[in-house]
This record gives sequence, structure tokens and C-alpha cells, in this order.
Amino acid sequence: MSLRGRDIVTIRDLSREEIEGVLADAKKMIPYAEGSKVARPLEEKIVAMAFFEPSTRTRLSFEAAVHRLGGSCLTIADAGATSLRKGESLYDTIRMLSSYADAIVIRHPNEGAAALASRASDRPVINAGDGAGQHPTQTLLDLATMHEAFGTLTGLKVVLLGDLKYGRTVHSLAEALAGFGSEIVLTSPPALRLPDEFRDELRHRGAKIVEEPDVRRAIRDADVLYVTRIQKERFPEESEYRAVAGSYRVDAALLAASKPRLIVMHPLPRAGEIAPEVDGTPHAAYFRQAFLAVPVRMALLRQILVGPKPGGRAS
Amino acid sequence: MRELKITPIHHGTVIDHIGSGLALEVLRIIGVGTLDKESTVSVAIHVRSGKLGWKDIVKVENIELSPRTVNAIALIAPTATISIIHDYKVREKRTVDLPPRIVGVLRCPNPNCISNQPEPIESEFDVVERRPVLLRCAFCERPLGEFLRHLA
Ligand SMILES: Nc1ncnc2c1ncn2[C@@H]1O[C@H](COP(=O)(O)OP(=O)(O)OP(=O)(O)O)[C@@H](O)[C@H]1O
Ligand SMILES: [Mg+2]
Ligand SMILES: [Zn+2]
Repeated sequence: MSLRGRDIVTIRDLSREEIEGVLADAKKMIPYAEGSKVARPLEEKIVAMAFFEPSTRTRLSFEAAVHRLGGSCLTIADAGATSLRKGESLYDTIRMLSSYADAIVIRHPNEGAAALASRASDRPVINAGDGAGQHPTQTLLDLATMHEAFGTLTGLKVVLLGDLKYGRTVHSLAEALAGFGSEIVLTSPPALRLPDEFRDELRHRGAKIVEEPDVRRAIRDADVLYVTRIQKERFPEESEYRAVAGSYRVDAALLAASKPRLIVMHPLPRAGEIAPEVDGTPHAAYFRQAFLAVPVRMALLRQILVGPKPGGRAS
Repeated sequence: MRELKITPIHHGTVIDHIGSGLALEVLRIIGVGTLDKESTVSVAIHVRSGKLGWKDIVKVENIELSPRTVNAIALIAPTATISIIHDYKVREKRTVDLPPRIVGVLRCPNPNCISNQPEPIESEFDVVERRPVLLRCAFCERPLGEFLRHLA
């Protein structure tokens, strides 16, 4: 099915085939994202960036994606600058914006804000993160990074490391990986385990999931080590935080025991979870992951705003 | 009347075959406090029933239930039957049916959910499982199992 005019609120709004279509398209967008080729399919289009909470890198990569495709942006960069402060509802703000733009990208501190925006707007809405909720384009670029490294998303063994309780990126990533038939290894301190309901739901949908709190054992024959930030605020004691952060630090010594082709990913910014010495190794995929944000968002925006190329297939 | 414990009503609604012990929750959903002062509300708790073993019954004079209220009753009393009484006679009788989506009625337990902010929208829950009932917020996706505590 074409993505033209569709809302992307959760990763579940995309079928497996549609995800594959976006990834294939993203690959072709790479030279355009780098600026070595030029195309302007969004020439006539305006995309509103409704950012009600600061998120510089997500916003910049969306804006770069729009500009690289020849479109223009309307940006609300922080809620303080909008009429929201005067008590206007999100619903009304989005309704107004949807009459000025061809699509709306929204980031908001409340869970469910993107779902609400999709009801308020008669233009397509893309969720760029709502509170602790969904962040589907992050998931797409995570998948793109794995796909680029391994040529497939099936049969991979992916270790999710760190804060699996509050980390918003891991929930939708786990969901998507389960749909592709990859194995998921959950590695976290006890206090930050993936919530039981969520794990059960994934299993219920046929996901292969194991829990292995020991990082060393978890990564033994893994293909991907996906690291998330462990936030200090989650711990009652600073010393407890430091002990946990220390035991989950990814460095060259840890990776010496992994497969040579293992890739290390991180949604960035990192805060000491990955030692800088890893940057120069072939394992480091996090900067590539950050770059892929642009071609992935380009592919998605083009499919939503322009649809498949004449002739049918979205490629 | 076969159920002699309760006075017959002239016009109104009878909610019968409510699971034993749930009558007060049904009253909460109907919002007895908001009824007109002339309406008598009769409640029978723990009555013998052929079908259920034991059941509760609620009879309210002079009202007809909105579809929304009926949906909410279906949440907690899926076995209930609703009879509309006109002139002491049963005019219409139907069973309740849990719709795929519950609008209004409940509140999302997630304080950070957009549906708990001052927005011009009603709460919405998708019915993801029917037995036992499991709901999920259509906005933040938070599951809601013990929905009785979350009546708005
Ligand atoms: N005038 C009335 N005042 C109060 N309650 C009434 C009146 N007429 C019927 N009812 C109640 O309405 C419900 C439905 O009436 P009905 O005569 O169909 O009962 P029934 O044959 O026992 O059916 P069921 O299979 O639903 O138990 C019963 O609970 C009955 O007690
Ligand atoms: Mg009877
Ligand atoms: Zn909610």
C-alpha cells in the first residue's frame, strides 16, 4: 500500500513490506542526503516542524531531509514561542498548522500527543517522539543501520543493553525486530528491566526473546549491540548508578570477545556508555546510524508527500 | 412479576443478570446522583438466578440509557440484559455488547497521557481482549486492566 497521505504515529502503522520499502528507498536517497546528487521532489511542499520540546538532532535531521528534497519548513522550535503558552490546546494549534503545511512532524512531551495531532490534522502527521511513547522514525533508522550492515533484518541476534524500562527507542525497535524474526537479548540492570507486560506481549506475537543480564555472555554470538543511555535520575543513590553504569560500559576489552562483525549502535547523545576507543573500530556504527537519519526521513517524507514514483513501485 | 422483591415500575429500565456484587458499579456508571428526583432506583443484590447462580438487578424509573452508558455497562457486566419498561410491560429487551472502542466513561491511568491534558477530546480505549477484558488507551497505548478504578 502507498504511504501517500498516511500518518505515522507508531511503528505499527507500517507493515513489514512498507518498512522494507522505506529502507530500500532510503538506500537510494544516500547520495542525495550527502549532497552529491540533487533532486527536488518536494519543491512545492511545506512541512511543519512542531517541536514542543527541545530535540535538536531529530529536528535538524528532519529539516535537512526536507531541504535536501527541495521542500521548505515551518518550524516551531520550542513551546515557549507558541500560543500554547497562552493556553491554546495542542488540538487547536495542530489544526491551525495543518492549514499552512502539507505535512506535520511533531515532537511533544505527552504520550499520545501524535495520535491526538493525527486527529486534529487533515494533513499527514509524523510522530517524532511523544513523551515516553513512540518514536517510529528512530526505529526506521535503527533498522536501516542494521540492514545496511547485514543486508537483512531476519535471523539477526540483537542485544538491547541498558535502560529497557524507560528507554523509548527500545520498545518500538523490539517490536519491529520481532516482526522480522530476529532474536532479541535483553541485558539490563534489574531495576531497568523491560516491563513484564511488554515482554509477554512481544512473546505472544512470536518474538524470540531471552534475558541475559551479563553483557559479556549476551554479546558472545550477537550481531548487534544496541546501547541506550542509563540516566542518573533513575537511581536513588549516586553510588548505585555508578556501579550499574560501570558494569554496562562498552569498551574495546568487552568487544574483544564478540564476533568481528558485531556492530555497536546508540541513539546518541551518549554519556559515557561507550568508550571513545570504540569509535575507531569497525564495530562503531553509531555515527553512521546518526547520518542515516537523513536519508531515512527523506524516504519517508517523499513516500508520504509524493507517493510512489509513476509506474507504481515505491523505489 | 416473578421477582417480587422489587416493586414494579411504570416506565423505566431494568438491568438484569448483572454479575453478583457488581450492581453498585453499574449504578456508578449510570450516575444515580444525576437522575431526576422523582425516579426510584431499586437494587437487588445477590438474587438467585437460574443462568448465573447469583446475580444483581438494577431498576431505574423514567430513564433510558444512552448507547455510551450501555457500552460502559458491558465492560463490567457482559452478561447483563437491558429491558425497557413502558406501562409496566417489557417493550424491548437486549443484551449488552462490548464495542471495539470505548469513548468517554474511563480515564487513562497515565498522568502524562495527552488525554489527561486540557484538550478538546474524550478518552478512547480499544478493547484488545474480551475475556478477561483488556483495554488499551488509543492515545498513549497504556493497557488498562482494572478499569473499575478508572471510571471518569
Ligand atoms: N413493570 C416492571 N417493573 C419492574 N421490572 C420489570 C417489569 N417488567 C419486567 N421487569 C423485569 O425486567 C426483566 C425482563 O423481564 P421479562 O419478563 O422478560 O423477564 P424474564 O422472563 O425473567 O426474562 P429473562 O430471561 O431476561 O430473565 C426482568 O428482570 C423482570 O423482572
Ligand atoms: Mg428472569
Ligand atoms: Zn493514555
